[in-house]
Amino acid sequence: MKAVLIISERDNVATALERLDPGRRIEVETMTLIAIEPIAAGHKIALRPIAAGDAVFKYGSPIGLAIIDIPAGAHVHTHNVASSRGRGDLKVAAPHSGPHPRPAEPPDTLQTSRPE
Amino acid sequence: MNDRRPGFYGYRRPDGRVGTRNHVLVVPTVICSSLVAERVAAAAAPYGAALPHLAGCGQLGPDMHLTHETLAAYCGHPNVGAVVVLALGCEQVVAQTLADAARREGKPVEVIAIQSEGGTVRTTAKGTAVAQAFGHALAAQAREWCDVSELVLSLKCGGSDYTSGLASNPALGRVTDRLVDLGGSAVLGEIAEIMGAEHLLAARATRPDTATQLIRIITRVEAEARALGLDIRGTQPSPGNIRGGLTTIEEKSLGATHKGGERAGLEDVVAYAAPIRRKGLTVMDTPGLDVESVTGMVGGGAQVVVFTTGLGTPTGNPIAPVIKITGNARTGRQMADNLDMDVSGVMSESETLDSAAQRLFDEVLAVASGKETAAERLGHREFAIHRRNPTI
Repeated sequence: MKAVLIISERDNVATALERLDPGRRIEVETMTLIAIEPIAAGHKIALRPIAAGDAVFKYGSPIGLAIIDIPAGAHVHTHNVASSRGRGDLKVAAPHSGPHPRPAEPPDTLQTSRPE
Repeated sequence: MNDRRPGFYGYRRPDGRVGTRNHVLVVPTVICSSLVAERVAAAAAPYGAALPHLAGCGQLGPDMHLTHETLAAYCGHPNVGAVVVLALGCEQVVAQTLADAARREGKPVEVIAIQSEGGTVRTTAKGTAVAQAFGHALAAQAREWCDVSELVLSLKCGGSDYTSGLASNPALGRVTDRLVDLGGSAVLGEIAEIMGAEHLLAARATRPDTATQLIRIITRVEAEARALGLDIRGTQPSPGNIRGGLTTIEEKSLGATHKGGERAGLEDVVAYAAPIRRKGLTVMDTPGLDVESVTGMVGGGAQVVVFTTGLGTPTGNPIAPVIKITGNARTGRQMADNLDMDVSGVMSESETLDSAAQRLFDEVLAVASGKETAAERLGHREFAIHRRNPTI
């Protein structure tokens, strides 16, 4: 079993498939990655430095923005990544991290009645 | 019958639809008749299935409509062979409307009201006699061979962790693609958990209108969450999801949306518990809460639910079998009682995704033909109608 899994070549994080201790060297594809802090199985490790404000990619799609600079080998989770989707606590909606424009459509009007 | 096409043994109904179960549905019109309905259903075991709920009165406009439509949808559902409507007498939900929904599909139905029957004891006795008689009649019905294209599969995930997006959801996605290739139907709900992955589904819409509708309901749900003025991270991802390694709703959604396959066209977007009208993949407007979501998708006509889980959950449904599958080996051991299939071999590379998908496809057909699920064995039959507004 691999120690980490990269799902898409666009991704800048990988998923740890086992617990990674600090200093653990992992050969992934063509590079050597060194975990700089403990990372639990199922959690994410940065494959390269991600600057504050840059999108974090997993499954080849953005999953949120780095809120601080994240070094390669760091644990990537809620302490350094945030999403702006559905966030009523944010006074002004932060820039949308998705690759598609936010649609300006009226509220939905799905027909709820069953046909007779 | 074509021997080379997959299929299952189901109950063919007068309206042409096919059931995977044959229940006597005991449906309370209102919370006030829910307990009596549960007792009547229990007395009519193994056929009886009650739909205890908290609604049916004190509701206005859209909520009242949703309660009515959801209960009516269950009365007409192909997994139901006969219906007992258990009314109180003064409530808003109209018992005859529910009875009509069953009659339209050719099902035997009787309405019993607590106020006119003269109290709990008499109503329980009469309801039991009627439900047992319906059960005896259903026992004489035989299953017949049905093509796999008759199947409407509900796709659900809950208690997700990092294995959900890597093993169980992609395995289910392959089942979805194969089912749709064979002419069947699948339904995906939980709009909040499509947030962040909508671009992938919208790109698969077979008509521009369908993509627009999908984006509209996602925009609406996101606006509703924003309007609360709260941080959605209180619930999305859930605390358990976060412990399991999921960081944001986008990450959860991208993993969750794998259930819908990779190539199945998005054919339709429908309202909560509204009929699933088209073959192929449908998105239903349901909340993320597991029981409300499964309740809606079964109401839409799904006869089997596949529920993937990372952390393990017990959720069942009163009338549809719910198949539980996990990609987490620890959950597979820890929650074995609640699980039907372990695909953790995909994580440890001892099984391919194709092999896991083949096993799951076979399990879906076996369950459709009557194989009991863990949720059925344990008596899990959770039911909850989605509500939007306060009780008045």
